[in-house]
Amino acid sequence: MVEFALPKNSKVEEGKTFKAKEGAKNVKTFKVYRWNPDDEANPRVDSYEIDLDSCGPMVLDALIKIKNEVDSTLTFRRSCREGVCGSCAMNVDGTNTLACIKPIEDIKGDANVYPLPHLPVVKDLVPDLNTVYAQYASIEPWLKTESPEPTGERLQSPEERKQLDGLWECILCFCCSTSCPSYWWNGERFLGPAVLLQAYRWIADSRDEHTGERLDNLEDPFRLYRCHTIMNCTNTCPKGLNPAKAIGEIKS
Amino acid sequence: MSEAYSVIDHHFDVIVVGAGGAGLRATLGMTAAGLNTACITKVFPTRSHTVAAQGGVGASFGNIEPDDWRFHMYDTVKGSDWLGDQDAIEYMVRNAIPAITELEHFGVPFSRTPEGKIYQRPFGGHTANYGEKLAHRACAAADRTGHAILHTLYQQSLKHKAQFFVEYFAIDLIMSDDGRCLGVMAWNLDDGTLHRFTAEMTVLATGGYGRAYFSCTSAHTCTGDGNGMVLRAGLPLQDMEFIQFHPTGIYGSGCLITEGARGEGGYVTNAAGERFMERYAPTVKDLASRDVVSRSMTMEIREGRGVGEHKDHIYLHLEHLDPDLLHERLPGISETAKIFAGVDVTKEPIPVLPTVHYNMGGIPTNYHGEVINPTATDPDRVVPGLMAIGEAACVSVHGANRLGCNSLLDIVVFGRAAALRAAEVVKAGSRKPTLAKDAGEGAIARLDRLRHAKGARSTAEIRNEMQRTMQNDCAVFRTSEVLKEGCAKIDRTAETLKDIRVADSSLVWNSDLVEALELENLMGQAVVTLHSAEARHESRGAHAHEDYPKRDDDNWMKHTVAYLKDANQVDLSYRPVHLKPLTGDIETIPPKERVY
Ligand SMILES: Cc1cc2nc3c(=O)[nH]c(=O)nc-3n(C[C@H](O)[C@H](O)[C@H](O)COP(=O)(O)OP(=O)(O)OC[C@H]3O[C@@H](n4cnc5c(N)ncnc54)[C@H](O)[C@@H]3O)c2cc1C
Ligand code: SF4
Ligand code: SF4
Ligand code: FES
Repeated sequence: MVEFALPKNSKVEEGKTFKAKEGAKNVKTFKVYRWNPDDEANPRVDSYEIDLDSCGPMVLDALIKIKNEVDSTLTFRRSCREGVCGSCAMNVDGTNTLACIKPIEDIKGDANVYPLPHLPVVKDLVPDLNTVYAQYASIEPWLKTESPEPTGERLQSPEERKQLDGLWECILCFCCSTSCPSYWWNGERFLGPAVLLQAYRWIADSRDEHTGERLDNLEDPFRLYRCHTIMNCTNTCPKGLNPAKAIGEIKS
Repeated sequence: MSEAYSVIDHHFDVIVVGAGGAGLRATLGMTAAGLNTACITKVFPTRSHTVAAQGGVGASFGNIEPDDWRFHMYDTVKGSDWLGDQDAIEYMVRNAIPAITELEHFGVPFSRTPEGKIYQRPFGGHTANYGEKLAHRACAAADRTGHAILHTLYQQSLKHKAQFFVEYFAIDLIMSDDGRCLGVMAWNLDDGTLHRFTAEMTVLATGGYGRAYFSCTSAHTCTGDGNGMVLRAGLPLQDMEFIQFHPTGIYGSGCLITEGARGEGGYVTNAAGERFMERYAPTVKDLASRDVVSRSMTMEIREGRGVGEHKDHIYLHLEHLDPDLLHERLPGISETAKIFAGVDVTKEPIPVLPTVHYNMGGIPTNYHGEVINPTATDPDRVVPGLMAIGEAACVSVHGANRLGCNSLLDIVVFGRAAALRAAEVVKAGSRKPTLAKDAGEGAIARLDRLRHAKGARSTAEIRNEMQRTMQNDCAVFRTSEVLKEGCAKIDRTAETLKDIRVADSSLVWNSDLVEALELENLMGQAVVTLHSAEARHESRGAHAHEDYPKRDDDNWMKHTVAYLKDANQVDLSYRPVHLKPLTGDIETIPPKERVY
């Protein structure tokens, strides 16, 4: 017998609503994706009414306020709260971004908060990043040299060093990769913009002596060439980096 | 226990807890030395707090003008207000050169001088020729030096195929009856399983505890978990009263603006537009040590010369600097000022306030990273099987006040030192120790108790009360009255941990439970911090006591050693400062009055 059933957690139901306190004047509703692997329930979207007059300016501030004051079971990653660690990447108001530097006031109407798209969810807003981390390791992201190490530093001119700007600052938040349609559908084999940007970071480093080998390893219909220059990646990068350009540089 | 937990056993030669700069440098060195090494971390390595370090890492390369490790040593001892151990300081400043050259060889994208060498900028308290003028000593990768170093160290760890246990939360140490550390208990957030790790050597690299305060520059994950574990194991913490306030946290959010901003020519002003640091530190002005600048700013505000509507902060000016320079050397803080203060640094000053930033105190160690548990007869007694490095440790190279760019240095130098020591004392292929039948059960009981805690107070509520007390009663300036009151308050708050409530009882990614475990760690540290501060009747470095405004070397040139029993019973003792340097290449730097 053939059974047609939707895969678990594909149907998102309406969840609970948490009302703002009586007398709150500046209320905004946060609609947050919830899913707990420990119960059998489908995912749901809970609504939290938050009084912005007693809340910090960023989306992360609202999530923390919910966790502290309304519902401590809400689960998300966070650490630096200043956009440098890459922990709090999620989908806010339809775009992938860092919750800690996304101003609430930029969102019109209700704020929809979901995990990064097209990744397995571990719980609530926490996605499983093991595959992207493995892909990052697969490009061997470390300096490779043949010539003997000098006693002092390897020299690099300011111009050569400039080639790394816009590349080395990547915080591995994977907002870009999870916004790329090619990555959604070929995520097993296409490396995706974040990892390709890192691949280019080493190709561009004047100190690295394995450029040829690095390029050869990318020369593959899937690993690199699944990028169709859709530009979602560059548009979404919360650090203002340009993975699409880096991919273009590798291709040329 | 309300439910049986199954536990997965592992054995390694070495376990490193923490994957910040210190933990990663140790992990890769130990792995490269052929030791079977595991690194356990509650966040993915590149998300550790080291990533946020901005301004630079110190070494006397002299790439801009001549420099000498002796100058660096003098500045560090003076910065420490003579509470730093001079053997450890000599070890650090001399190993700075190989440790940072090695970082460059690993691939750190340092900014460069026109000759292609590592770029170095001036930093607070760093001088040439024993205080004569500012030195260019902070090796920088723009203003994202921590990011550059942390990512590179992770990449090197991948290269050496180091074994990581990512998003594993370490709960407690496993100690033998005779006081040896046998390993650590951890909880895998990803699937909710519990793990018992044993090893010949356990290394704590768990970072600082900035989050004991309401406002700080540190990340949410800076909860000093290793320090909490050490207290629960009956081991002491050292010099906890010394908390660094960074002069320039952004008013409101607390996000940091690096001292490198002043290193590149920025300065602070009061409501009259006066560059007041000229009055407090005539020689190096805005680049005096952090404790000095933070106190000066606080004085200005107290005397009614603060800026803003409530006259409660200070301005940091960068708008006179060349926009190209800002773009090239300070891009990160330009962005942060825009996002968190709405300020365009090329046009307006940034509103700033002294903000909790760094913990000089921590787990006492020697300069090999081995943990110390002193006795009356042996003040340097080593705890077998246990090391501590990084901000979690108190070596002590920072004494009563850390100099800027000496912490990134501390983490790479002592991460490396711990790896060298482990290669010496641990044999690869070690055998699993015989464990007591109930080894690790205490940790599981603790987790279980909190997981099902149904008291009246939420984690957030208790945490808020603790943070407010620390913020108000353990601040830049202290008095006996306020400290006594602070002790009483924190003791009461610590008691209420019994009445905590955790709503989420699942085991997979239960961050409600994580925060409760972290709060217990923070609370122990808050308690010993306040009691250590109350007891120290002098002013030294970051401990500015208004009833005892002078440094008192006769009675107080000694490290505080604090043990904690139960929730709030603090036991204080003291151990001597190491005044003798490591080698005969330099003589003891004798105490004198600290002027900048
Ligand atoms: C904003 C900012 C800027 C700074 N800038 C500078 C600078 O320019 N120069 C300088 O010298 N210093 C600077 N510092 C200080 C310096 O960055 C830190 O002191 C240093 O990075 C600490 O490194 P660490 O490796 O000891 O700890 P961290 O980087 O904090 O790492 C701690 C590690 O321990 C792990 N961990 C913690 N608890 C647990 C647990 N229970 N279970 C498992 N794992 C755990 C975490 O996952 C993490 O991997 C700055 C600090 C701040 C706050
Ligand atoms: S430009 Fe390439 S990598 Fe970027 S979103 Fe488009 S297809 Fe993906
Ligand atoms: S390129 Fe940007 S979006 Fe992509 S991982 Fe790096 S920082 Fe994140
Ligand atoms: S919390 Fe670090 S990037 Fe948002």
